[in-house]
Amino acid sequence: MRSGLNRLLILALLLALWEGYVRAAGVSPLLVPAPSRVLQGFGEYLRDGSLLRYAGQTLRIVLGGMGIGLLVAFGLTALATASRWGRDLLLTLTAIMNPLPAIALLPLALLWLGIGTRSLLFVIANSVVWAVALNMHTGFETVPVAWKRAGQNLGLQGWGLIRHVYLPAALPYILTGLKIAWSFGWRTVIAAELVFGASGQAGGLGWMINVERYNLNTTGVFCGLVTIIVMGLLAEFLFAALENRTIRRWGMSAG
Amino acid sequence: MRPVKLQIRDLTATYRTGQGTVTALEGINLDVYQGEKVVILGPSGCGKSTLLKIIAGFEPAAGGSVRLDGCPVARPGPDRAFVFQEFDQLFPWYTVAGNLAFALRVARGVTGAEARRQIGEVLALVGLSRWGDFYPHQLSGGMKMRVAIARALVLQPEVLLMDEPFAALDAQSRSALQAEVNRMQAETQQTLLFVTHSIEEALVIGDRIVVLTAGPGRVKQIFQPTTTGLTLLERSEGAELRRLIRQLLEQEKTAEEKAS
Repeated sequence: MRSGLNRLLILALLLALWEGYVRAAGVSPLLVPAPSRVLQGFGEYLRDGSLLRYAGQTLRIVLGGMGIGLLVAFGLTALATASRWGRDLLLTLTAIMNPLPAIALLPLALLWLGIGTRSLLFVIANSVVWAVALNMHTGFETVPVAWKRAGQNLGLQGWGLIRHVYLPAALPYILTGLKIAWSFGWRTVIAAELVFGASGQAGGLGWMINVERYNLNTTGVFCGLVTIIVMGLLAEFLFAALENRTIRRWGMSAG
Repeated sequence: MRPVKLQIRDLTATYRTGQGTVTALEGINLDVYQGEKVVILGPSGCGKSTLLKIIAGFEPAAGGSVRLDGCPVARPGPDRAFVFQEFDQLFPWYTVAGNLAFALRVARGVTGAEARRQIGEVLALVGLSRWGDFYPHQLSGGMKMRVAIARALVLQPEVLLMDEPFAALDAQSRSALQAEVNRMQAETQQTLLFVTHSIEEALVIGDRIVVLTAGPGRVKQIFQPTTTGLTLLERSEGAELRRLIRQLLEQEKTAEEKAS
């Protein structure tokens, strides 16, 4: 509680310093707009609804890409849990793909799928799938034998055992995977939209930042950046709430 | 004579190691009668846990048969409810009552008011009526074990299988739970097959005590004391049995040392 108060105080102090310096030194708003001006900018963006549109577009794309990535990851994990070959396949693919930042696949995606949403989804799904599959697989492999057998003892087998025992048992790992997926996906979508911005395709927050730079609307750039920060914080807050309601409440943890 | 509940005939089990196939159990023959408490006692590595896992259907037998009420068993099932050695055998994402409700729903298809009634009864039986809404991680080891027993009992199994359930508990909780098992069994007349390596535990719980030999496990001798519980331990019969069984197990140890 006190630390939260301190943080708010620090934030207020920094904003005041920024505001004061910009005003006193007469810094051009083309380079650094004062916080009050950014706030004004927010008002305008919200009034004409464009900010919500940009943010909504980015959110749609990142959630869509994550959804695809999660489905593929679940399939790979199922394969890896069911057979040795599947396991080796997953480990080999993750070893190859993990060091590769997904954004580096964007040129290939543009080549294969053209400029548009499909390329973005491809890149985001890629940024998500490997981290999640690896985590989910670890989660499935570390399910305590006693839980598996307790489930079998009740007559569960096959999909029933996966749904009622494996999935909840692996939840700490799945949540970790989801958090990684979100942070990878979020970074990737902004980066990809920045590239798309240059080619003039309608887009989200990354595109907005880039366009406002063209327009020499530095206030707009700041508004975009602040929105990205706020949305990232909101996501972290949501994950923390989810953890508190599930694994923390149940006394479970990964590892 | 009471009817035979569980019939084990010529049961053999093997497992593979780097050096080849090892026989864990050989020619086990045993009848467990309805409402009886049978304790399997043996040195570690004698395959007593393997025997229980084969009966439960968790592991396959290499030969022989296990019949429950005359029907051969193959797959795991709630008619042979199992209590494991681990504290963490309850599902942490369900409350105490939730764990029991899940077991009832999945294994027996019982839900709603009827499930609540049965859960209430069993929780009262294990003395945890006020703990239904707690999560397993909020309980002590001994309480977790009571819940695990409750989860098995609520299924009303044909036979209850317990695999060294109190081995990880402190001495005090252990003797308390041994007494509770006797009390609950007296109340429910539940058929029980109980595995342990402790002679005292075997004497306290077993109507009959089956001593296994080590590597490969065979039935060495079956004891049938005239009484059970702490009364047996206090009598000279208990002391005598303890001495006899200890001698048997010592023989096993030296035989094994000579062999290796």
